[in-house]
Amino acid sequence: MYIAKPSNIIVIGVGHAGCEAALAAARMGLSVKIFAISLESIAMMPCNPNIGGTSKGHLVREIDALGGEMGKNIDKTYIQSKMLNLGKGPAVHSLRAQADKFKYSQEMKRTLENIPNLQIIQSEVIDILVENSEIAGVITASGAKYPAKTVIIATGTYLNARCIWGEVSTQTGPAGLSSSTKLRTSLEKAGIVMYRFKTGTPARIHAAGVDFSQMIEHKGDDEIVPFSFENTPESIARKQISCYLTHTNETTHDIIRANIHRSPMYSGEIDGTGTRYCPSIEDKVVRFGEKASHQVFIEPEGENTQELYISGMSTSLPEDVQIAMYASVKGLENAHIMRFGYAIEYDCIDATQLHPTLEFKAIAGLYSAGQFNGSSGYEEAAAQGLIAGINAAAKILGKPPLVIDRSEAYIGVMIDDLVTKGTKEPYRMMTSRAEYRLLLRQDNADLRLTPRGYGYLINDERYGRLLEKKRLIDDEIKRLRGLTVAPSPILSELLLHHNSTQISSGVKLADLIKRPELTYEILSVVDENRPSLPKDVTEQVNIAIKYEGYIAKQLFHVEQFKKLENRRLPDDIDYDDVGNLRMEARQKLNALRPANIGQASRITGVNPADVSNLLVYLEKRKLGGLS
Amino acid sequence: MRKNSRFNLDDTIVGILAPTGGAVSIVRISGDDALHILDKIFVCKNKGEFESHRIYYGWIVDGKQRLDEVLVSVMLAPRTFTRQNVVEINCHGGTLAVNKVLSLILANGARLAEAGEFTKRAFLAGRIDLSQAEAVMDVISAKSEASYKAAINQLSGRLAQLLRVCTNDLLNILARIEMSIDYPEHEEAEIVAQDVKIRLKDILSQIDKLLATANQGQLIREGIKTAIIGRPNVGKSSLLNALIGQERAIVTHIAGTTRDVLRETIKLGDIFLIIADTAGIRETDDIVENEGVKRSIKESENADLVLLVLDGSEDLDDKFISEQAHKNMIAVVNKCDLPQKIDLNKIPIPYVTISAKDHKGIEELSTKIKEIFAINNLQYNQDMVTNVRHINLLNIAKSSIKSAINAIDMGMFIDMVAIDIQDTYAAIGEITGIVVDEELINKIFADFCLGK
Repeated sequence: MYIAKPSNIIVIGVGHAGCEAALAAARMGLSVKIFAISLESIAMMPCNPNIGGTSKGHLVREIDALGGEMGKNIDKTYIQSKMLNLGKGPAVHSLRAQADKFKYSQEMKRTLENIPNLQIIQSEVIDILVENSEIAGVITASGAKYPAKTVIIATGTYLNARCIWGEVSTQTGPAGLSSSTKLRTSLEKAGIVMYRFKTGTPARIHAAGVDFSQMIEHKGDDEIVPFSFENTPESIARKQISCYLTHTNETTHDIIRANIHRSPMYSGEIDGTGTRYCPSIEDKVVRFGEKASHQVFIEPEGENTQELYISGMSTSLPEDVQIAMYASVKGLENAHIMRFGYAIEYDCIDATQLHPTLEFKAIAGLYSAGQFNGSSGYEEAAAQGLIAGINAAAKILGKPPLVIDRSEAYIGVMIDDLVTKGTKEPYRMMTSRAEYRLLLRQDNADLRLTPRGYGYLINDERYGRLLEKKRLIDDEIKRLRGLTVAPSPILSELLLHHNSTQISSGVKLADLIKRPELTYEILSVVDENRPSLPKDVTEQVNIAIKYEGYIAKQLFHVEQFKKLENRRLPDDIDYDDVGNLRMEARQKLNALRPANIGQASRITGVNPADVSNLLVYLEKRKLGGLS
Repeated sequence: MRKNSRFNLDDTIVGILAPTGGAVSIVRISGDDALHILDKIFVCKNKGEFESHRIYYGWIVDGKQRLDEVLVSVMLAPRTFTRQNVVEINCHGGTLAVNKVLSLILANGARLAEAGEFTKRAFLAGRIDLSQAEAVMDVISAKSEASYKAAINQLSGRLAQLLRVCTNDLLNILARIEMSIDYPEHEEAEIVAQDVKIRLKDILSQIDKLLATANQGQLIREGIKTAIIGRPNVGKSSLLNALIGQERAIVTHIAGTTRDVLRETIKLGDIFLIIADTAGIRETDDIVENEGVKRSIKESENADLVLLVLDGSEDLDDKFISEQAHKNMIAVVNKCDLPQKIDLNKIPIPYVTISAKDHKGIEELSTKIKEIFAINNLQYNQDMVTNVRHINLLNIAKSSIKSAINAIDMGMFIDMVAIDIQDTYAAIGEITGIVVDEELINKIFADFCLGK
């Protein structure tokens, strides 16, 4: 039996979580081995061919601000870029890019390959080695032993995966790749609680048979914004490819209704818990029977392929029904299906078994990330991978762990939701999950997080640039708050032109910027001494001044929030010793072992009185009244 | 989405210490903002910087209206019970006044203290020794559970129903907005701010109605503070006697600390009148006119209701009437048993004619009072919001929903308007005990067909 030289970190899985985890750890200088059943699946997109979208776009910007890879990789391989929600406030502007999914995968593989201390190995991990509640390494299908100080599980949807469509089911992972069948037993033996989730994907069709003239064209933006703060629009400019919108109709729905008994979702063939966030077309037709049509977006899967992704029509109906169903959609009458849609069931965990660092509470040195933790989506996976990778490395390097809280980033909201509340269905990021949405914008992810990443993946040079940007923003805001503009013919004309109320005496320029109909840019003509500043700086200045009131309100809430987050709960606390806790709270607290009072207060079943009692107990301990 | 748990360690809290109904109730404020709030609601002579551990005499005022005559102890951190700034207000005005003072403090930014919260803070600040800690925890658990349940139970079926309608409406609006944010390309994603505004205004008027009943509810429960004024010899004393004689139910004599004030609580049909300065009323029938009028004016400033007594056998004294300014004033035209000289048509305020001497017309007076306070429209114990906690939360909801409407008028983006609507929803949700957490996302996916 082969026993490998010990490595610092082992990553199981090469999906979006695994790649970020391995890159983060390797870039922090540690030796990393990353395992996959198939190396063809590196950063594969087995479902939709795009990155970003509402709130997910925020995640990608945040990953980039912390020194992760996803933003850079999509900037290299996008074929269409769009900023969503431009008609709404800056907090919910969201970037989304269509990817050339094949290139995306190749580029990520190239990036991994070019890091000397990162080894990519095609082999199935079937066992984790745990000694005295501490991880020791892994064993592969061939019996080889790979010792390691820390291990990160990122098996995505491959663990005991089963694909189902119609009456057919196969023991395979996504896109027909082999699944991982043995690891579950090992994890269960280690005491890890498993769940079974399901998701699904639509068919892919050949572009040749599609009549695009029957559909509405959706083009990319003329002025694009890169995902990575280290790119400029010019540096990544390229020709974009369009997507198209069409609709299902009553015929489509009739076909589905007539065959619904053959759907594995309805015949009881599937027992995994599905997600409301990605319903199949049969779900939509059954649940919203009154709707005469549903939107269908046709998205190219890449530049050098004829395959198209049919967004909005994910399905697990039998092949003959799929053929008839897709052909009933306007413009798809002659389309030829290249890959059939399917549902996929897989094993994942109850993420409340994890610390906010994504390390298992019960097994030191074992981390996990991505769909294995119960999330859905590439971006959610990548964000967790990055945090798990950084923390696994930090542990070995003796650095403090990186825990991002709910007031700092969508990443913080997501991880806190997963590890505090757990999830009963695949978890999707949504803007409405973030309490401090106005502060967590995609445009300021670098200001929020790059300083937090300093000392992990952010080097002196990038940190210095960020500080300089911040200085320019602060100085300019200060200048505008102090600058008074007097009434003048030029200003009067400007105000008239923008339907804005005239001023009769001098006002602060900052107060004019606050008016909804005016902006920092518009007022440049009455601001003679305005310094020449980069656009990313002036954008921040404009937002900070315009929405000052709302921002202040949210900052106040954040201040209150932080006070509870800063009250740490000791590791050795036994909640049976805490007097007056209600039974439910006691059980939940003993099971979840929250890191601080704030996290404890968010656990379902813990009420304010329980929290008060915890505080009193903590104080008693401090006084030495308890051992 | 903001969660509706207002749990904080060191925000400014307020609570009533001694149970209301006693002679003196103490309202305690603890936290950073205690002095700042006091500054806004307290007037006294030589008011400047407050000095620590001193007692001040003055009035609690809501804008220009005087609510209660009080003694205020100011204690600056850290030499206090909670090691925070502490202000204690000794109120003399009875239950209604104490509740008004409390509401005023809440409106100025303090939060209502949870059960045992002052003691908890004292403990966390190291002011109580270990042996007392267990007791503190017992109190927190027992009281907060009980008071929470009591508060929820206090919601009558119909009131709870009204609040549920509000939360449902808010949830519908929020789900619509959040859907449009998270699924901007969905065909139903377009959202018209003016439509949202119309729906918000509906909810605002519901909240206003509930708050109006809150005031009435308090009046009914705690009594209407009533001043009887008028020129000498118009029959103020005999009106008082007639009222007391009507139903000699409850009579309380409360000794104030600063001067002797006699107050009598009179049950008049199904409402209570609290008549202040009864001694004064009797005296002013005798003492020199100027002094009497001065005293009457002072009384009426603090009253919920002013009974202006006129002598029907004399000419109408318009000058006296026009000098009085009170929003709830009834002219009581006395001596209807004598030949009448007064021209009733010229009385510019609601009036009733009585004969105090013969106890005639008291019934009509009672009806008129109920009319003025719109009490007849109330179903007792039904639609009334009377819990201070609930009133406070409704006020928070009201101010949030007003900001939302204002934000729409300002042309603010809908996702920002949503922040205010969420605050409204969280506040009302806290009254009805709805767990805000997952409700919204559940609603979004229940109402709209979403997903790739």
